Amino acid sequence: MKRIYVNEKWCLACHLCEYYCAFANSGSDDMAKALMNRRINPRIQVEERGGISFAVSCRHCEEPLCVKSCITGALSSEGGLITVDKDRCVACHTCVLVCPYGAIMPSDDGMMQKCELCLKNTAGEPACVKHCPNRAIVYEDSDAPKAAAL
Amino acid sequence: MKTKQYLIIGNSAAAVGCVEGIRRLDKTGAVTVVSQEPHHTYARPLISYLLAGQTDRQRMRYRGADFYETHGVTPLLGRAALSLDPAGKTVALDDGRTLPYDKLLVATGSAPFVPPMEGLDAVPKKFTFLSLDDADALAAAVTADSRVLIVGAGLIGLKCAEGLSGRAASLTVVDLAPQILPSVLDERAAALVQAHIERQGVRFLLSVSVARFEAGAARLTDGTEVPFDVLVLAVGVRPRVSPAREAGAAVGRGLITDEYMRTNLPDVYAAGDCTESLDITSGERKPLALLPNAYLQGETAGLHMAGGGEPFCTAMPMNAVGFWGLHIVSAGSYAGDAYVRCGEDNYRKLVRRDNLLRGFILIGDVLRAGIYTALIRDRVPLDTIDFDLIKDKPGLIAFSRRDRQEKLGVKPA
Repeated sequence: MKRIYVNEKWCLACHLCEYYCAFANSGSDDMAKALMNRRINPRIQVEERGGISFAVSCRHCEEPLCVKSCITGALSSEGGLITVDKDRCVACHTCVLVCPYGAIMPSDDGMMQKCELCLKNTAGEPACVKHCPNRAIVYEDSDAPKAAAL
Repeated sequence: MKTKQYLIIGNSAAAVGCVEGIRRLDKTGAVTVVSQEPHHTYARPLISYLLAGQTDRQRMRYRGADFYETHGVTPLLGRAALSLDPAGKTVALDDGRTLPYDKLLVATGSAPFVPPMEGLDAVPKKFTFLSLDDADALAAAVTADSRVLIVGAGLIGLKCAEGLSGRAASLTVVDLAPQILPSVLDERAAALVQAHIERQGVRFLLSVSVARFEAGAARLTDGTEVPFDVLVLAVGVRPRVSPAREAGAAVGRGLITDEYMRTNLPDVYAAGDCTESLDITSGERKPLALLPNAYLQGETAGLHMAGGGEPFCTAMPMNAVGFWGLHIVSAGSYAGDAYVRCGEDNYRKLVRRDNLLRGFILIGDVLRAGIYTALIRDRVPLDTIDFDLIKDKPGLIAFSRRDRQEKLGVKPA
């Protein structure tokens, strides 16, 4: 299965991935309207410090601790794509407690959100990858990380 | 090869984990689930959300409506397993049937612990709070005029209080311990959460217990009289070890298993709240009645029954819970050197011992807490990462570039 990978050597810390993520998942077709004057709440997040920077989003683990630990069944894995059904989420934060990457976070309404590879929105392919100016984020076929082997 | 007969007693997280584990390896074996509760598998911790009207019976299903069908499971719901015969490899049900098995999972869960209390028998409206039926019965008994007394300030008692908030006239919580959530929080964190819950109108009476029940009231050990209309008993839970114990299964503080969840009885496994676990952060063996633990144990059992799988040896106490919008996550144990930051609605405690992170409590800002949990679970020596960098904000930045490449980068072909 294709997944998002990062190459931190090429990351410019421009945070464009965060903006394009928030836009792709906003349901709006106007980036300015979707993001202007708002604190964005993207599903990919850049960590940076002292000249090092890299983006982190869901790894779509083969042995997903978030899915196995979810107390409601809102998180599930379908052919390797891990999605959250916000309608069944109660924001208990168990997935936040168990994700080794810190890649699941509350959405604007408090229920959980995570990277779904833009397969459930209208972008159709990961917007963070498409708009990364330095190709520090790529979308490739490679082995999934086993969460437990962190 | 003859079709394998899998039998599962239980229908909650451990049982579902077992079914999903079996089906990863064995698509054809016969799987039967026997459950005393007559319901489709449901998310047990959601019963307080049901009381509060934040979920409903459809949405609180733990798996889809077609789960049994798509997983080739024969559900026998509303049937109790009375006894098991490990020599003949059969389980007797309360309808007179005897079911044979090749592999059996005991996932009988836990039962409310109700200590003997003087006058309890005469209390007309008393409830425990562990099942969907409990929640339905409680919801039917509580009216806008009800004064509710909850005995027990643990997770069950407090989630029950939250669920009833707004549908009862008053809520009083009594606990013998000097603090709330004694199994989850330290004293300081507990005081912070208690103050938050008190602001929602809940009254706490701590370091005190019920001496006896009188007509319409509880008399506490310090002489206080607490009038009430509805009583909820949330003192604690005990592993439900019957009928496995009577069949010869070894019992410590719960059913004893190995790392593949095998009991001492041949081809009999146990998983979930009915078992005891080895807490890797304290070295203690004790029941860890937590949903993630139950699922992972059940899955481990299912995979092993079907001829594969890995041992499960990363159990630890873990809780994620919110009360009236205040989030708490915690993991591990708290003996060791502590780093503490405390604000009014925010608390952060990280405990290290022997170069390992052993436990943490986060209240308020809980984002990315799983990075800490992974440090505990994977026993990462803290001198191999820049731990100081993530004491206040968890991140993968603490790891070496090579470790990060391993976690986030393209895998070499």
